[in-house]
Amino acid sequence: MNIIVSIKQVPDTTQVRIDPETNTLIREGVESIINPFDMYAIEEGVRLKEKHGGKTIAITMGPPQAEAALKEAISMGCDEGYLISDRAFAGSDTLATGYTLAMAVKKIKDFDIILCGKQASDGDTAQVGPGIATQLDIPQVTYVKKIEDIKDKVATVERMTEEGFEIVKTSLPCLLTVVKEINEPRIPSLKGRMKAKKAIIPTWKAIDLDVDEVRLGLTGSPTWVSKIFTPPPRPKGKIFEGEPEDTTTQLTDLLKDRLV
Amino acid sequence: MSIKIITDKCTGCTLCVKICPFGAITMVSKKAVIDLDQCTLCGACVDSCKFDAIELKRDSSKTPNLEDYKGIWIFGEQKKGVIQSVVYELLGKAQDLAKKLNTKVCCVVLGHNMKNNLKELIHRGADKVYVVDAPELENFLDEPYTKVLVNLLRKYRPEIFLCGATFIGRSLVSRVAVKLHTGLTADCTGLDIDEKEKFLLQTRPAFGGNIMATILSKNHRPQMATVRHKVFKEADVDTTRKGEVIEETVSKTLLTSRTKLLDIVEEVTSTVNIAEADIIVSGGRGMKSPENFEILEELAKVLGGAVGASRAAVDSDWIPYSHQVGQTGKTVCPKIYIACGISGQIQHLVGMQSADIIIAINQDSSAPIFTVANYGIIGDLFKVVPLLTAKFKKALNQ
Repeated sequence: MNIIVSIKQVPDTTQVRIDPETNTLIREGVESIINPFDMYAIEEGVRLKEKHGGKTIAITMGPPQAEAALKEAISMGCDEGYLISDRAFAGSDTLATGYTLAMAVKKIKDFDIILCGKQASDGDTAQVGPGIATQLDIPQVTYVKKIEDIKDKVATVERMTEEGFEIVKTSLPCLLTVVKEINEPRIPSLKGRMKAKKAIIPTWKAIDLDVDEVRLGLTGSPTWVSKIFTPPPRPKGKIFEGEPEDTTTQLTDLLKDRLV
Repeated sequence: MSIKIITDKCTGCTLCVKICPFGAITMVSKKAVIDLDQCTLCGACVDSCKFDAIELKRDSSKTPNLEDYKGIWIFGEQKKGVIQSVVYELLGKAQDLAKKLNTKVCCVVLGHNMKNNLKELIHRGADKVYVVDAPELENFLDEPYTKVLVNLLRKYRPEIFLCGATFIGRSLVSRVAVKLHTGLTADCTGLDIDEKEKFLLQTRPAFGGNIMATILSKNHRPQMATVRHKVFKEADVDTTRKGEVIEETVSKTLLTSRTKLLDIVEEVTSTVNIAEADIIVSGGRGMKSPENFEILEELAKVLGGAVGASRAAVDSDWIPYSHQVGQTGKTVCPKIYIACGISGQIQHLVGMQSADIIIAINQDSSAPIFTVANYGIIGDLFKVVPLLTAKFKKALNQ
């Protein structure tokens, strides 16, 4: 069974801070990491290969430095990595990104399952996974928290909902987006790290993919960012300190009217 | 497509440097310089520049006959035949938008044996309700829902299509937008109409809520967005409102699916869905054990709210993952959020900082949760929480 894991390199949002004076993002020293949700997709991809045989391929679209994300995926057990990188892809929104990644999957050709994290932590759109599936015209199951079983080209999975979960059966090939509950990503072994260090990551440019140029990058992106601003800071709060009997009375008095 | 600084016009004011979300602009000899390896051509700098010194060239593939697209459509999400509350929130907002556009609000419902549940949609502001009734549409499945919706949207060509940012909504409209080759903005917290151009202004948080972005689809229709729960007020019920229910029949080929639903499991632990709760009482590492969550449940019960948790509590197996609030859990937007024994790591804050009122209870006065709290109590939560429960109970005359 061949598995493709589509990942994204993102700024570590835990390190993103707002400069209180200029009210802008402080980016200095902010590291790039693999999108946290993609770590579960990588782990699941490696586990599926270990159970069913075949290979696990990681792909990412991004600037040249996104190679580091693919190397990390290989250190966790992926067999190959492909970097999809070209100035022609810059400015892609989710529609153009889904299209470009789908074309990269077509180039790989032989696959049974595509795995993605449920969304990326920088944009939080959750649109690129379904976008890839739709462009490839394959079924999808989003928010998967468990792969119960795969046999005879059919996967049975559990899909998270607001109230609990659903058990869904899907034919392969298919695309699954996964949530945190699905597994616990492994720490790369020393052997894995050595392999990643030696791994050669091919870069695919627009010319290497069978793409319609009008559908790439800015030209292929219907959405425009018209304005970016920082949300107004929250007003300074009222903090009570002292005997719990007193502090809770003070808080209750203040909130009484808002609770009804 | 390309971007460049017109150096003659650049005054070196550094506005673009500050607005660029990707740190791609620096000042060299008092002129802006764009690092093309960092730049994503998002266009934020172009709008920020007061001197028209940044030029972004973009040739676009428009939706043909844009002006033919009229009306606002809402996806009438149902589960087990019950219209979800986010639909009523969208109907409220859609009426505001429709006034500004001088157009009508329509709701589309896919399901089975739904016909008797549709009056309320009209009472809450829909001028027309389109309903597709088929056994295959009883429960959500990506493929038939996508095919049927795409079919209707191509037929009726609304200028705007809105949907709740639910598990179903985000999965479904991602497919629909690709099929229609149009723009989609996820998880909006603000919607408005541009006065001059009549575009839908879609505002959403990015980078975990650290910045807000307003997004447009200028040349593509419908303009599609998913909208977060609890951001807009539910439309009022007016039983005198009149509207039309239109039954649509679709070809059987649109109803086929390669995925099948085998079972729906409702977890007893999540009796109240935190994404929809008006009040959430959350516990973190300071709760110390699963048994201690009982005091939070009691407080939540008195307030009619739900119990949430931080990642630390979920990772310790004190409470199921479905209760987790934060970056790797759920994003919530309640009226009141009470954080008990939660230090307030940024990953947690991004999931709850849009709550109307945040109350923090923590022993550590330097805990970051106090920086976002409207009210805080510094103290032992095991003393404070039961006292609050008792006092709220009294105040609410229970």
